[in-house]
Amino acid sequence: MKEHPISIKQFGQRAVLLEWPNQVNEAILSEILGFTDCFKKLGKADWEMSVAYNSLTMVNTKSDIDFDAVQNEINECLGSIDKSKKRLKRTLWKLPVCYDPEFAIDLAEVSQVLALSQEELIRFHTSNQYTVYGIGFLPGFMYLGGLPEQLEIPRRKEPRLHVNKGSVGLAGKQTGIYPQDSPGGWNIIGSCPTPIFNPKAEEPCFVKVGDRIQFVEISRAEYDLKRIESEVGIYQPEKIALDA
Amino acid sequence: MLKVLKSGFFMTVQDTGRMGYRHMGVPISGAMDMESAKKANQLLENPPEAAVLEITMTGPTLEFGAPTYICISGAYLSPTLNNEPVENYKVIQVSEGDILSYGRLEKGFRTYLAIKGGFKTNKVLESRSQYFPVTPGKCLKDGALVEYGETRLFEPAISELKVEEKFAHTVLEVHKGPEYSILTDPQLAALFGKSFTISEKNNRMAYQLSELVEGHQHSMLTSGTMPGTVQFTPAGRLIILMKDGQTTGGYPRVLQLTEESIGILAQKKFGDNISFKLI
Repeated sequence: MKEHPISIKQFGQRAVLLEWPNQVNEAILSEILGFTDCFKKLGKADWEMSVAYNSLTMVNTKSDIDFDAVQNEINECLGSIDKSKKRLKRTLWKLPVCYDPEFAIDLAEVSQVLALSQEELIRFHTSNQYTVYGIGFLPGFMYLGGLPEQLEIPRRKEPRLHVNKGSVGLAGKQTGIYPQDSPGGWNIIGSCPTPIFNPKAEEPCFVKVGDRIQFVEISRAEYDLKRIESEVGIYQPEKIALDA
Repeated sequence: MLKVLKSGFFMTVQDTGRMGYRHMGVPISGAMDMESAKKANQLLENPPEAAVLEITMTGPTLEFGAPTYICISGAYLSPTLNNEPVENYKVIQVSEGDILSYGRLEKGFRTYLAIKGGFKTNKVLESRSQYFPVTPGKCLKDGALVEYGETRLFEPAISELKVEEKFAHTVLEVHKGPEYSILTDPQLAALFGKSFTISEKNNRMAYQLSELVEGHQHSMLTSGTMPGTVQFTPAGRLIILMKDGQTTGGYPRVLQLTEESIGILAQKKFGDNISFKLI
């Protein structure tokens, strides 16, 4: 497999930014995750590493860095990655979404703008698997890639001051879930009762970058039940191990 | 227990921050002016990660439920203990029932209250720093009770510190950010040639600056951000991310503040001026 060129930049006193070519694709994401995994195995505990699309930001939590030394370590690590090794374990998460009009406040408008029936719209939204290209912005917010073209719609002209936690939205080439109550400009087409981020859980964010997400339509009654399960902390999102 | 009789404008529990959860999108948090918080802990011979109260703009009224020692640092908010003035950067003994309150904001914007042994609120993801919704509350409200351990006798090695205050400093030292190279000559001249005013949009997440710089059309994929990252919006607005700032963002990151400059900025309020200096 051909490797992509990488740029390594110092980012302030404590961080390094690694950038792959300016594209959204799975081959680049795999290379970033391969490097991240390799660097972690060197036992460098003081680094926080956050992936977003084509970049990896590495922040040292203990002290200022010696950029030249870190750059050498990074290059060594890049050189030592076993290319023949199979890609990392990934998970497909099936996340429930209720498209009931009570939550899907923009569904009717979106279906009109996109000239799709609500049933078609939901079928497009649930038939695809979305790749998690990053987690950031807010705790548990997933940057998802792979939205079908038929669902591309501009964000709302005026953002709402309040969007409920769990709201599932569409904006441009993106779909996603609001992990907490917040202002927001996405078109809301449903609600996911499963919290992506829960600080009380043993694994506060069960989704990892590189995983895939598929939405599964649920009824209002199922939503209410799953909502209660989430509140008492017994939710168990359905997962499928993807072939390495 | 410390009882919050009146909470003031905005008061939170903070420590050195919540490290190791960036990949989940969790901001670092922690004291905005880390240097000031650290000094108060040092005088009390606390470990660096001991939690303090960060008090913004107007002070609270607090009642101590057990004897201990405290130290106040950062902004000067005319503190009084049982109506008697007390000084910053001094170890102060307090008794059960003592009342600490604050008056006029004289200098700076954020003051710290450290206590012997640190405040003992519940840790969430290894930190006591308040950040909603990771922690249940956004800030301490009237009537809140904050736990701390009783200390009857403590003989500090140093009981008082003369601190060179940085409130008058208006120059923020910066490194080039990852997208620095997109800046044109007129934009560079504006960035480094004049001073900027802190807008009313300033909080623990970010400080926005009032003056606009000539805008741009650079579009980029979302990428990592940190406290001190200066974002540059297409409209030409400068947004400086602070301790509760988002972990990723889609605006060009043109500058990166030094750790020291983050602390200097944390003591600025609406209407204050700052300028940037490249190092």
